[in-house]
Amino acid sequence: MILSVRDLRVSFRTEDGLVRAIDGVSFDLAEGEILGVVGESGSGKTVSLLAVMGLITDPNAIIEGSIRYKGRELVGLPARELRRLRGNEIAMIFQDPMTALTPVYTIGWQIAEQIRAHQNISKSKALERVEQLLAEVNFPNPHEAMSRYPHQLSGGMRQRAVIAMALSCNPALLVADEPTTALDVTVQAGILDLVRKLRSTHNSAVVFITHDMGVVSELADRVMVMYAGRVVERGSRSELFSDPQHPYTRALLGSIPPLTGEKPRRLPAIPGSPPSLLRLPQGCAFGPRCPVRYEPCVATKPDLGTATHAAACFRVAQA
Amino acid sequence: MIYAILRRFGQMLFVMFGISVIVFLIFFATPGSDPAARIAGRNASPEVLAAVRHSFGFDQPLYVQYVRMMEKIFVTGDLTSFVNRGWKVVPAVMDSIPVTLSLVFGAAVLWVVVSIIIGIVAAATRDSWLDRLLMALGLLGISMPVYWLGEVMNLITQSRYHDSWLFSWVPPLGYKNFSDDPKGWFLTLVIPWITLAVLYIGIYGRVLRAAIIESLQEDYIRTARAKGLSETRILLRHALRTSLIAFVTLFGLDFGALVGGSALLTEVVFGLHGIGKLTYDALQNLDLPMIMATVMYASMFVVVANAVVDFVYILLDPRLRTS
Repeated sequence: MILSVRDLRVSFRTEDGLVRAIDGVSFDLAEGEILGVVGESGSGKTVSLLAVMGLITDPNAIIEGSIRYKGRELVGLPARELRRLRGNEIAMIFQDPMTALTPVYTIGWQIAEQIRAHQNISKSKALERVEQLLAEVNFPNPHEAMSRYPHQLSGGMRQRAVIAMALSCNPALLVADEPTTALDVTVQAGILDLVRKLRSTHNSAVVFITHDMGVVSELADRVMVMYAGRVVERGSRSELFSDPQHPYTRALLGSIPPLTGEKPRRLPAIPGSPPSLLRLPQGCAFGPRCPVRYEPCVATKPDLGTATHAAACFRVAQA
Repeated sequence: MIYAILRRFGQMLFVMFGISVIVFLIFFATPGSDPAARIAGRNASPEVLAAVRHSFGFDQPLYVQYVRMMEKIFVTGDLTSFVNRGWKVVPAVMDSIPVTLSLVFGAAVLWVVVSIIIGIVAAATRDSWLDRLLMALGLLGISMPVYWLGEVMNLITQSRYHDSWLFSWVPPLGYKNFSDDPKGWFLTLVIPWITLAVLYIGIYGRVLRAAIIESLQEDYIRTARAKGLSETRILLRHALRTSLIAFVTLFGLDFGALVGGSALLTEVVFGLHGIGKLTYDALQNLDLPMIMATVMYASMFVVVANAVVDFVYILLDPRLRTS
């Protein structure tokens, strides 16, 4: 296992009390594996991966649990040690390529900066490597692109530059936080191809955060569905798509328009809205919106269990 | 980029032409006033008035008067002050320029360096006691009027403690030419520099701190952290670099205004005969040719300072280079 997260809890002290953004998330990631993390906004998918990266800088955040990277505990690791991993062995791609790059430096400079932060090589060597990387992420003219500023590139090209930056030190683990959300569909497809290709050439493990079930069905080996800071279902891609067990997963899949057959006049939507993290119900967080809830759901939170394909739902356990 | 600079230069010339026309019209074409009488001064004899009329072309159309005036200021340089009995205006302005420039330039170096250090330290240690102390000192600096601070400085360094080892090096008030006596030039200006810079150190330190803290919230700072860069590097190369734009804007405006005569109070307090003092005296005597020349000079410096700021923008922010 390259990454092993156990019982991760992230809370934020606020004026209205303690907000538990992540409540007991556990997952494992093997080398070269792509894990899709699905959930709606506020389900905690981004926060949990920011915690893995050590990028939660809010002084009011409390991080508990265990995050082991290649057997090494990351929670409580000194900032200097963490910095040595970050960008070098664990890299991250962010959602909005428009704002993810510093506007006043060229693409080449910014990628070389990362390489030189981790490797003791000369500037010209670093720039050679940048050119290679840009070619690898399909820049039509890598040499010219190096001297471009972010505002001179389109959104898709900027995201490619960000990906090239993330790959610059051959990371063993790549965290992609909705890298295609801000891009249009044709560009999206190109970026997904790129992620797939990189997994095969660099053998990096990838955590792919998204709210797009379609992207997950194309890319992920395994899928983890999150709701209100907890994992509600996990399993391999085929298990999850052919046999969804948690009512929330089913509802998510049900809201995708079918490609063949008769189209419904209205797409089914999940009634209600996600609960406020300040006032989570005592029992299952999805309970109030769930079509199949019954007595046990109100009083206690269902456990996920340890099976490879598992759902945190009393109905599933009962069946 | 060269095209952008050339275009900016052209705009600058155009703006200066516009200013010269407006200033000219205000002084020479205001209805109901006779510019010749004003130029000649109070109780001027009819002969002097006639000479003024002829020399400034008041018997000819307005555009001829404008050209005459500009010729007197920029080409022949023989604009004469009648109030001050034949004093040549242009050499007087030329003599005060180095005084004001020395004062403002030295103060600017001081306030830029110190306020950048204060802004960085305060932003890096934000919400700590050090940050609060620096910001409180900044507020104190902003609150002290320059004429009061200058007088207190004089009181301390020129009289009360002048004989102590601490301030015995301070020379008497006045200005010494750099070419004649570089050491004297420096020593006479140290106290005025500090006095003038205190206000701006306060303002700029606070502005820079706010700008750095704001840019630390940006997405690209998170990217920089994800790259594994050190906090120092993130602060200096990413956050500070993008914060300097607001800083430069402010600097251009203040520097231009100060060189254009806003350093008057400091000049008066320390007995420096700079542009501010010259303008002030001209206003007291209603010395129209002198006012005309100093206003032209001041606006020229404001315009040039703004053009320089725009050039620095182009260097700082690549997004401005292409448009």
